[in-house]
Amino acid sequence: MSEQVVLSMKGISKEYYGNKVLKDVDLVVKAGEIHALVGENGAGKSTLMNVLFGMPVIHSTGGYEGDVEISGEKVEIMNPHDAMNYGIGMVHQEFMLIPDFTITENIKVGREIGTPTIFSKILGPALDVLDRKKMRDDARKALSRIGLNIEEYVKVAGLPIGYKQFVEIAREIDKTGIKLLVFDEPTAVLTESEAERLCEIMQLIAGQGIAIIFITHRLDEVMSVADSLTILRDGELVDRINTDEVTVVDIAGRMIGRKMERLVDVKESREVLSDEVALELENFHVDMPGEQVKGMNVSIRKGEIFGFGGLAGQGKLGIINGMMSLFPVEGEVNVFGKKLNFGKLGDALENDIAFVSEDRRGVGLLLGESIEDNIVFSAMQVRNKFTRGPFRLVHKKQVREHALEMIEIFDIRSTGPRQKTGSLSGGNQQKVCLARALTLEPKILIVAEPTRGIDIGAKKLVLEYLIKINAEQGMTIIIISSELVELRSICDRIAIVSEGKVAEILLPDASDVAFGLAMSGLSAEEVEEEAVL
Amino acid sequence: MRTKSVIGRIGWPRLIIGLFFLLLIIVSPIMGLNLTDVFSDVLRRWAMFGILVLAMVPGVQSGIGLNFGISLGIVAGLIGGTTAIEINHRRGGAYSPWTDLGLALLIAIPIAIILGYLYGLLLNRVKGSEMTVSTYVGFSAIALSNIVWLVLPYGSGTLVWPIAGEGMRNTISLEQSFGGIMSNPGVTSGQPFPLNWLAFKVGGVVVPIGTIFVVLFMCLLMWLFLRSKWGVAMSAAGENELFTRSNAINVDHMRILGTVISTVLGAIGIIMYAQVFGFLQLYNAPLMMSFACVAAILIGGASTRRASISNVIIGTLLFQGILTTSLPVIKQLMPQGSTLSEVIRIIISNGIILYALSKSRGGNQVES
Repeated sequence: MSEQVVLSMKGISKEYYGNKVLKDVDLVVKAGEIHALVGENGAGKSTLMNVLFGMPVIHSTGGYEGDVEISGEKVEIMNPHDAMNYGIGMVHQEFMLIPDFTITENIKVGREIGTPTIFSKILGPALDVLDRKKMRDDARKALSRIGLNIEEYVKVAGLPIGYKQFVEIAREIDKTGIKLLVFDEPTAVLTESEAERLCEIMQLIAGQGIAIIFITHRLDEVMSVADSLTILRDGELVDRINTDEVTVVDIAGRMIGRKMERLVDVKESREVLSDEVALELENFHVDMPGEQVKGMNVSIRKGEIFGFGGLAGQGKLGIINGMMSLFPVEGEVNVFGKKLNFGKLGDALENDIAFVSEDRRGVGLLLGESIEDNIVFSAMQVRNKFTRGPFRLVHKKQVREHALEMIEIFDIRSTGPRQKTGSLSGGNQQKVCLARALTLEPKILIVAEPTRGIDIGAKKLVLEYLIKINAEQGMTIIIISSELVELRSICDRIAIVSEGKVAEILLPDASDVAFGLAMSGLSAEEVEEEAVL
Repeated sequence: MRTKSVIGRIGWPRLIIGLFFLLLIIVSPIMGLNLTDVFSDVLRRWAMFGILVLAMVPGVQSGIGLNFGISLGIVAGLIGGTTAIEINHRRGGAYSPWTDLGLALLIAIPIAIILGYLYGLLLNRVKGSEMTVSTYVGFSAIALSNIVWLVLPYGSGTLVWPIAGEGMRNTISLEQSFGGIMSNPGVTSGQPFPLNWLAFKVGGVVVPIGTIFVVLFMCLLMWLFLRSKWGVAMSAAGENELFTRSNAINVDHMRILGTVISTVLGAIGIIMYAQVFGFLQLYNAPLMMSFACVAAILIGGASTRRASISNVIIGTLLFQGILTTSLPVIKQLMPQGSTLSEVIRIIISNGIILYALSKSRGGNQVES
């Protein structure tokens, strides 16, 4: 392995509207090295890559601070095209391939090889005749460089997912002068054997002197293929280490880190007295694209605050969306021993479950309607509250009284109950969603991403209120969140979801290592066993 | 700032069209037109179109968009009207005009419910392109109805062609039936109290107060419906499908409900229209009627996603007002022939639709 540094990013800082997402981060990658970039969601991995590729989102929000050097030369990458010219390529998580084109055409698209004709001499190179043979040869060469034995004239449409990924890689390899290749969560969509194959290919490419940045959350893959790794946490650089100097447990611990400023002051000793099961999922499947739940088993006790954590795309959001009947569901859900009938729309609501969706603007609110109409909507539709007469006309006075009460309890900052929710801030919108769910007077409240995109003050209020209603009314509360800190500060137990299943159920004071491992789909025991072996 | 917010609430298009309307009213006496006739016409046409325009509201609110397929309801209404006349004929003219009207509604409404339901099922299969589909449904409904008018085995002398003795006429007079009973002082003056007060003249202006009340009453019913549990659910279905679904409401059912109400209002609307007009117009006469209704509610400030009762009342007044006042004025300005004014009418109504659809998010919404 040569020691030539291909990419060196130094002191990179970036803020979005006053919110620092990267703080003085360094990233160094050497030629022929596979360098892993690990961190939780929101640790700054993608922002760092956006800086590297000069994505518009960076430059339209005021650029970044720090230096980027490629092969020892200081560069300014202003757009993705620049990045390509500097020999940086990206293998996308979602494939950017044209299904009806052949593999050759996909590899060469945008960089076709042409032979001039009379017309093209007059009207420009767009009218060149394609040199298909040369293109085929190039494609062949690129494919064989990654050891892929597949006919280059096959259409992409019918290929298995793994092969599509390989075609993407071949396309990047084919670009002349490629020095650095970024793989963004490449194994997320692959089967196990395909993932192994991909790791082999990465090693093959690295062996040809190309540097690789490997972004993944699967720590076992990091251990098996990466030479070195950079760990980010909350936009800060934690460490750059060589893989052979650390263990999985080490990485997991550093990824999560001790962030023990608790968001809220909680009860000293909470005890969930009841052994009664409030909600039980049995072999629960939800077919939600991007957040699939694949056979989840968990039982949640009455009066418990239960958290679902885990990385994005692992299926934790599928749970709530499936139960809200927004996506097809399989398996069994029992609410206080009664089986939910998913054939009947809204059976969960009828069985005293209320939801607060993670997608406030898309699912949680009627943006064109007023605060009060939003707050009473569910209770009106499901329980016939706030209506009068045989025609169930809306009881304006009751609605107003209730809305004013909720506005006060939740401190919803507005011009009054008639203000449209579309013009509220994120935090206030979230409070309206919560008020709507609680107006149903549920026995079980399922809240997804309760604090996403809202300010600290609102965050604290929302979390404190959840604890309060849990304590006062014994309401069972289920929180689905990407923010581990939040879960650990208010939950009694936390299930970490990985690949559509519960990887581990942990207590909030379990070690960072345990959380980190569970998130990457490993359990502490497994790792220990391996260590013993 | 204040003026700006007032304009923002009224909306530029309505402001400009309203001013144009005022200008026309000011200009018409100068052009030698009789102002009382102008006012009579405006009121009459507002009353004629009120319910047909109101029929747009449930469609828009339930999420199917502007219901160009209102022709289905119109056909149902026309079947009701002609059948009522035929029944009366077979009974030897035993029924009063009011019974005729009731009979027409009684026949038209169930037909409209059935047609609206089927139409709703169709619209649920073409989510996202409802307005294109509904335009074609509207045209097809009229084409199909042309066959119906030819083959219905009716024998009333007022309905069928006198020489052929079969197939219905283009224009059927309602003089012997419910024509004008709530709008024409010439008809109502012969009636006993209080029916004689359903239309009257005041200072030369004809006030079809009976019809105006019916339109306002229907508006009130719609207003109440939109403020009931089901109305709220239906409006939510039109605004945010996922939200509605997550609150245990079947969005497809709500869309069908909206479509059915719209179609029924179309049927009632055309019967009211005929009552004021004094004639039932068959065949291709109602072909473009949906466009006039769509244009009216769009002028009134509705968007393809939100519409209110005030949009109906204001929009009908502005649109029909401009048509009724501009035509005589233009005729005076351009005596080249009556076709020109017809051209202007088409330009105005289609121009408004085009403008409003290009701003389909609506002028006064806060969505970001």
